[in-house]
Formats: sequence, structure tokens, C-alpha cells
Amino acid sequence: MYEQITRNKWKSFFLIIFFLGLIFVLTWVFGELTGLGAHGLILAAIIAILMTFGSYYASDKIVLAISKAKPIEKKDYPYLYNVVEGLAIAAGLPKPRCCLIDDTAPNAFASGRNPRNSVIVVTKGLLEKLNRVELEGVIAHEMAHIKNYDVLVQTLAVVMVGIVALLSDWILRSFLWGGGKRKGRSRGGGGAAALFILIAILLATLSPLVAQLLRFSISRKREFLADASGALLTRYPPGLASALRKLAEDREPLEVANKATAHLYIVNPLKDIKGAVNKLFSTHPPIEERIAALEKM
Amino acid sequence: MIAFWVLLVLIAIAVFSFVGIYNSLVSLRNRCDNAWAQVDVQLRRRYDLIPNLVETVKGYAKHEREVFERVTEARTKAISAATVKEQGEAENMLSGALKSLFAVVENYPELKANQNFLMLQEELAGTEGKIAYARQFYNDSVMKFNLKQQVFPSNIVAKMFNFKEKEYFEIEEAEARRPVEVKF
Repeated sequence: MYEQITRNKWKSFFLIIFFLGLIFVLTWVFGELTGLGAHGLILAAIIAILMTFGSYYASDKIVLAISKAKPIEKKDYPYLYNVVEGLAIAAGLPKPRCCLIDDTAPNAFASGRNPRNSVIVVTKGLLEKLNRVELEGVIAHEMAHIKNYDVLVQTLAVVMVGIVALLSDWILRSFLWGGGKRKGRSRGGGGAAALFILIAILLATLSPLVAQLLRFSISRKREFLADASGALLTRYPPGLASALRKLAEDREPLEVANKATAHLYIVNPLKDIKGAVNKLFSTHPPIEERIAALEKM
Repeated sequence: MIAFWVLLVLIAIAVFSFVGIYNSLVSLRNRCDNAWAQVDVQLRRRYDLIPNLVETVKGYAKHEREVFERVTEARTKAISAATVKEQGEAENMLSGALKSLFAVVENYPELKANQNFLMLQEELAGTEGKIAYARQFYNDSVMKFNLKQQVFPSNIVAKMFNFKEKEYFEIEEAEARRPVEVKF
């Protein structure tokens, strides 16, 4: 359990370092091509942060509105509240708000930029189809997302995807605009300059794709991490494993979920994950792998 | 001149890390105390629920006086317990008494359908869970606090300011590890 937590933390850390490396290379190429130095990075970072700031700051409100989640009160759902309160105590966090989606497809997610502003959302189907131990497993997984600041990590990943996309775009555009400037700067003869340009084009075309893949990979590592640290909260991995099995067997898609919010849920609510390519672009690891990891604890 | 600056920077780093370690030791100790208080909060909640539960069951099952008396007695003992050990024993007794109370309830289908009773039963089950989680969090906090006092370099600071390791909460009997079984 502890090893899995440490391993997944390191993995997501290295992915982010790799991401930063990619951004660094792109910045350098952009600087070489246009003579603007690191200004490209600063501009791209500012734009990307501005674009995502709203979604970070109001992450809970936006996603609640999209998912049609309604706040609920303790007297109506004492069962859910007791489970959430218990796990908040176990995690040493303030109790998150609870919301309900009126849908029979069993699923859940957590959001909010920090533990103080966090919210846990479950569907009606989840409460109906899981027993108490399984529900505790799912809520513990969501509590772990909150404790690990996963909204922040996800936002960071989106910002980095944005920076890469902008820089790549500008590198390609610089060929259209600044041909003269470049000719003046090429020192080492035509061959090397041509090679550099070729590499720059290749890099600028492939980077956005690589960035997306990195983002999905980070998301998958965070799911594994939340499974492991959730199991540490309940000290009972089979609870979550059995819940995941039930959620996987349920073939009903969740109507209020879409491509933009799918990555939040504990299991993919769109239920269309098959094939190796889809696996690369998936925000969630295959459920069988998650269950296997839980059973190993 | 360079040597002077290097020395100055080194001293600054040492002072900053010293302050950082001391502060984190203090906050870890406070977290342990807070976690322990949280256990008491949940225990108190459980004691408060029991009279209500007994009253509700009494309304349907008047003749089971023996069971009620046992529950009430165990509760009083648990509240007035002076030492941790005494409290542990009283808690065990209380858990046993509650178990027999719920066994009695099985014979009264009307009671099992009573909304008030179901609510109390859920509250009790939830509180049992919270007590267990609060104890778990206390132990987790103690583990972090003790670890900080054992590893280098924070062990030096801990020794200097005489930080004491805290004790884990342990349950002696294996039986008491399980919360009272409340069926739904």
C-alpha cells in the first residue's frame, strides 16, 4: 500500500518533469528561430494560465452545474453523510460538501481547488447499488483525490498542454512570418540550418500530441494513487476493489457526463473504452488493472 | 571575503532549517492532541445517542428490562472511566450490551420498521465508524510525530527541546477491534 502510494507519486512527478523538459526544448527552438529568447515561454505561460485560471478557481461550481448535481442535506441522506464524515476524519480533512446526481448509473467524483472548498458528488445509482463497505471504498478514493490536490495537478497538466500547443503553433507560424530574420542569423552554413528547421517542424507538429498523451498518463497515475491512498484510509482494499467490479459490470452510461468531465469520475462514465489506442488516450487505467493493484496490497 | 559569505549563507541555511524543523515538530504534536480530542468528541456523541436508542426500543419491548439495564450501566461506566484502560474495558462492555440490544430488536418487526429507530441505528453505526477512523487518524498522526523525532536531522532538534514520543492507541482484545455489527 505504502509502496504503491510512493511509486505513483514519483511517477506523476517524473511525468511533470518530462513535461517541463518538453516545454524547455520548445522554448529554446522558438527562441532560436525568432530571436525572442525566453519571451515566447513567458507569453505562452501567461496565456495558458489565464485560460485555465477560471476553471481552476471555480472548478467545483462549473463542474457541479455541468453535471446537474444538487446539494443534499444530512437529514435526507444520513447514510452517505456518515460515511463522508467518517472518512474526512480518517483523512484529517474538513468535511467536503456532498452533492447528488439524479441518475441510476453508479458513479462518483470529487472537485474543488483545495480541501476547504472541496465537494464530493455521487449518483443515486451509487447509493442504491453499493453496500456500506463498497461505498466507503469509493468515498475514500474521492477523499484521496482531495487530499492529493488532484484538481491542482490536473489543472497544471492542462496549463502545460496549453503552453506546448501555443509554442508549437508559434514555431510553425514563425516560418511564415520571419523568414528574413532567420536567414540573417544562420551561422553554420545551409546544411545545419536546414536540419534545424526540419527538426523544429517535426517537434512543433508532434509536441501537442505528446503533450496530450502525457496529460492522460498523469491522469491515470493519479487514479492509481487515489486508489492506493483511498485504501490506506479505509485499511480495506477489497472494499474498493469490489465496488470497482460492480461499477465496471454496470453498462449504463451516465447522461450528464461528457468528454470534458469524464476524467473526474471514479470510473469512465462514457463506457466506450476498448483497444490499445483508446487506452493511450484514456484518462482512466483499465479497471482490471486497478483491481489487480488493489488486490496486491 | 568569499569564505565569509559562504559561511554566512551556511549559517543562514542552518538557522532556517532549524526553525522549520522545530515548527513542524510543534505542529505535529498539536495534530496528535487534536486527533485525540476528536476521538473524545465521537465517543461523547455515541454516549448521547444511547439513551435515545434505549427509549425508542423501550416503547416496543417493555419486558426486556435486563438488556436496558446492562446498556445503561455500561454507558455510565464508560463515561465515568478515569483511566484509558478502564475506559477500554467499559467500551468493550458497552459494545457487548449494544449487541444484545440489537439482538432483542430482531424479535420486534414493528420496531425494525420504525423510522426513528432506523435513524438512530444509522447514527450509531456511523458514529462507531467515526470512532474507529478518529482512532486511526490519531495513530497515523502519532506515527508521523514519532518518525519525525527519530529520523535525522530532526532527531537533534527533538532531543534539544525534549520532545517526547507519543503512545499509540491499541485495543487489547481482538473482539473489540470490530465495531458493533449493525445489520441493514
